[in-house]
Formats: sequence, structure tokens, C-alpha cells
Amino acid sequence: MSLPDAELLLADLAAQMRPHMTPDTALVGLHSGGVWVAQRLHALLGLAQPPGALDVSFYRDDYAQRGLSRDARRSSLPFDIEGRPLVLVDDVLHTGRTVRAALNELFDYGRPARVELAVLVDRGGRQLPVAATYCATRYAPPAGSRVKLVQDDGRLALRLVQDQE
Amino acid sequence: MARNPQLNKHGELQHLLTTEGLPRDVITRILDTAEPFADVAEREVKKVPLLRGKSVFNLFFENSTRTRTTFEIAAKRLSADVINLNIATSSTNKGETLLDTVDNLAAMQADMFVVRHASSGAPYLIAQHLEATGRDHIHVVNAGDGRHAHPTQGLLDMYTIRHYKRDFTQLSVAVVGDILHSRVARSQIHALSTLGVPDLRAVAPKTLLPQDIERLGCRVFHDMREGLRGVDVVMMLRLQNERMQGSLLPSAQEYFKFFGLTEEKLALAKPDAIVLHPGPMNRGVEIDSAVADGRQAVILPQVTFGIAVRMAVMAMLGGGNA
Repeated sequence: MSLPDAELLLADLAAQMRPHMTPDTALVGLHSGGVWVAQRLHALLGLAQPPGALDVSFYRDDYAQRGLSRDARRSSLPFDIEGRPLVLVDDVLHTGRTVRAALNELFDYGRPARVELAVLVDRGGRQLPVAATYCATRYAPPAGSRVKLVQDDGRLALRLVQDQE
Repeated sequence: MARNPQLNKHGELQHLLTTEGLPRDVITRILDTAEPFADVAEREVKKVPLLRGKSVFNLFFENSTRTRTTFEIAAKRLSADVINLNIATSSTNKGETLLDTVDNLAAMQADMFVVRHASSGAPYLIAQHLEATGRDHIHVVNAGDGRHAHPTQGLLDMYTIRHYKRDFTQLSVAVVGDILHSRVARSQIHALSTLGVPDLRAVAPKTLLPQDIERLGCRVFHDMREGLRGVDVVMMLRLQNERMQGSLLPSAQEYFKFFGLTEEKLALAKPDAIVLHPGPMNRGVEIDSAVADGRQAVILPQVTFGIAVRMAVMAMLGGGNA
């Protein structure tokens, strides 16, 4: 069983999104895979606004259990989000908890006009009522493993890795 | 081998009591974690929800409005509830012991104590007591104890130096002033040495230097001009007015003449040297106004970075308890 080709998924995702982009639309990638996807989509879609990046470490719901993430990074939104249409971009959609955290963080920067969600892969297993607006494929990895996006020489690829816990 | 009392069994921060013996990777992680917290103040909502529902008690057995305020702001930006207790004017005056005070506050479901005390070792005593009584979910942050340590000040100074100079292993750093009585100096020197500063200088009159200063890895200078020659970083210390009353120093004017930082003395350091001061400053005693307000001073950025560093410390302590 072979994993889908991330470059083909990316082209498909851009094609789905293209008719819905406005001159004000900005992409916001979620660290770290989502940031790579957002950068590629930004180029493919020719958007005016540079893409933003969110690290949701300060908004995660497992902080009380697991503590602060070891590699919390800066979030950066290089545009005013007030009244702007936004698309959150992630590589893999799973439980929906990261998206919940991202929405909470976004609203601490202001009130966007609309927030959509674009993902390369929906792997199922949702624990919250979250759905992608744009999704290139559905793919459920075998039990005990998860799908990971890697970037190699500017090209995106999907890998199967063992779950840590 | 005895466990470092500041670290839990996974090697993660359990309390912050001193920079002495704090491993380099823990210091670096605190500084790295502070960077994203520095951005929180720039946003529309200057708060993140990490410590929502947690109670942080500021236990100040010695008054310090400024330090207490910076901890209060940091805790509030993490969404904690903050309770300020100025015990200098409260129940210990009625005879209650330190540990009774702590037990009472722990019974009010405290999650973190930020402790300032005139006696060296008081925060360590509290941390030990909490662990010995099975309350290791309560964390202690030392906000200055006696002449011993002021670790968050030392760490915010490291953050400031890294912000302007990047690589500690290339630096000459001079710590100048009343090192003998300064918990700030001790926290700075331990952190600078752990981070690999190759040229660490202690600049002070003989009467204001601790005897073991060379053991801490410092080169000693009694002549400030010699001590500042070619340095990248000048760390000024506050001269506490009460030191003038003893026989340690002749007068503020004479101290300024020999150990006050003026533009003329600063000119001996590298042209891009930065000047730090932990505040509050005594202008005209340890530092001249022209330097304090000059282009090389990074004293106000220190204050801003201090909030982010304290947020990082409290956020690293407050999670992962399950």
C-alpha cells in the first residue's frame, strides 16, 4: 500500500481553493508541516499577502498533562487579521485539537471575517466537531502509525512513522 | 548522587531557586522559550491561557514593588490568578513561622509560590518542605533571597545579552560594583560561566568583593578602566545606599569617581559594547545619566525581556503535572 504523492495532493488542494480566494485572503500555516504547505500554496495561488505561521504551543489542551512543548516557536502573522478572510493550513487533520487551539490563538490577534481550513490529508479520528473546507485526500494510516509530512530539497513527501506513545 | 533540587526526576525544571548548577540545556531552553512569549505583548490580547485556573502567590517577605510587579504581569499574561502578600507587614510580625505561612497558603490551593526573602536559602527551605510533605505539585520561584540568588534577574540578563550579542562563547563580560552584597551578581556570574563566556571579569573595590570570587571563574580588577578595556558587555550593579553607612565605602561621590560608569570609562570598552543595569538606578553613584540614557544602554529592554523570561519560567513549571 503506497502513500499518496504529496506534490500531487498539493496541486489538487490549490485547484480546489483557487476559485474561492479573494484579493484580501491570507493563509496561516500551522507549525511545522502546515507552514511548508502554506508557503507552497501561497506561490501556487499567487496571493498578495505573505503567509502567516502559528505555533499553538501556548493554546494546547494537553499542557496540564504534558507540560509546555519543548520547541515552542514564535507565531507570526505579517498582516492585520481584523476583517480579513483567512485559511488555516495544516498537513494532516486528525483529532481536531490543533485546529481548536489555532482558532483560539487567532482570535487573540483580532476578529477575522471568515476562517476556512485546508489540509493535504484527512486521516479521520476526530475528537472535536471540526471539518476541513478544502481537503486533498482521505487516508487512514495503519494502527500504531501516523502520517508525517517531510520537506526534502523543496519537495513535499508523506512518510509513515511509528506513534511515540 | 543527590538530585539537583530544582529538577524533577526527568531532568525538567521543578523549582527555580538559583542559576548555580542549572544545566546549560535548561538555561538555553528557558531563553528559547522566552522568545515566543516576548511576542505576546505585541498582540491585541496580551494573554495566553496556559495558567488559566492556577493560583500564583507572590510571597514577599522583603518589599520590592518592581520585582513583584514584573512577576504579577508575567503571571497575569499567562492567565493565572495572582495573590500578592506583603508579609513584611503581615502575619510573620505576629509570630507565625515561615513554614506555617506556607502551609496555610498551600491549604488555599496555591499552585506556585514566588518568594522574596531577606534570608539566603528561604525559597530552598520552602521547596524542600513542600516536597517532604508530598506537595510536589506546588512550584517555587526564587525572586531574590538574601545575598544568595536572584535567578530570574540573572536569566533575563542572559536573554538580553543573547539578544544583542548572540554567541556567549565569544564574549568578554565585566560585572561591576558591589558584588559582595549582590545576589544579582552571583546569579549572573553562574549563568555566564555555564553558558561558556571565556572572559568573565569582576570589577570592584576590595571591600565589595567576596573572597571566593576567583573560584567562580572571574578575573578580578580593582581598577575599573583596566576592567572595562575591550569588553562586549558591561553589567552594572546597584550600589545599595545602606552600604555607605558602614566602613566599606567613603562616600557616594568618591565611589562614583572610581567605580561610576561614565562615557569616558565606557569608551574603553568595545565601541558596540552594551550596558546593563538591574534597576533601580542610582544616577550619579554607580552610573552617569549620560550613559544610562545613552545609545549603548539596554536597561529598558531588560525590563521588557524580563516579563517574557518570567512567563517562560512559570509556564515551564506550571504544566505537565498529571
